[in-house]
Amino acid sequence: MAEALMNHIDPEAIVLGVDSDSREAVIRLLADRLKAAGYVKDSFADAVLARETTMPTGLPLGRAVNVAVPHTDPEHVLKPGIALATLKKPVTFANMEDPDEPVEVGLVFLMALNDKDRQIEMLQEIMATIQSEEAISGLMQALSVDDVTAVLKQ
Amino acid sequence: MSKKTVLFACGTGIATSTVVANAVTEAMKERGIAIDARQCKATEVRSELNGVDLIVSTTQLPADLGVPSIVTLAFLTGMGKDEALDKIEAELRG
Repeated sequence: MAEALMNHIDPEAIVLGVDSDSREAVIRLLADRLKAAGYVKDSFADAVLARETTMPTGLPLGRAVNVAVPHTDPEHVLKPGIALATLKKPVTFANMEDPDEPVEVGLVFLMALNDKDRQIEMLQEIMATIQSEEAISGLMQALSVDDVTAVLKQ
Repeated sequence: MSKKTVLFACGTGIATSTVVANAVTEAMKERGIAIDARQCKATEVRSELNGVDLIVSTTQLPADLGVPSIVTLAFLTGMGKDEALDKIEAELRG
């Protein structure tokens, strides 16, 4: 279904079963992975967190697992890519539509965006994936990068 | 019907608004409405309103813009997409 999504997710930046208490911890964990793999600058994590307070990225899906797609302005990004985390227990993001409304998120796609053509493809692949209940439950059950790849290939 | 100008807004003006702009432009074309799509940050809409018929945003907009606006996540989450398209079509034909 969204096989191309794996072209954008760096296997080094997939963290499964994260046991975190806050969105900040999850974002910093994934941002560190993206930084280590050369996708983002030092300023990226702070910029994403700052943006999340005013322009949140939680997406309520009306199902068991909600999703967040944190990202920030291109000046903090070196090259486009996606980090993925599945969470053992949900952390609280705010609703993109309404910053005052909390959304309990179990699946996080941290996006490094700086290329207009790539980012539309990346976002469309993410949106196609999260619109599939099957894909989300598959990702939540994934125990390895191979499992993630298999789910996205379905 | 002449081309309608729709301003698509999101937090960065480049990310989710691009997905929504593509989805809405495509869907309105099927409904016989040609759209001139513009994009900007939600915080900058006020200075981008010249000639705009409708604003579609994924995030909160400033109050009292004087232009019809729709805030929806339907084109990202898939929930309520048809209703959102009906609303957009009604605004553009209205």
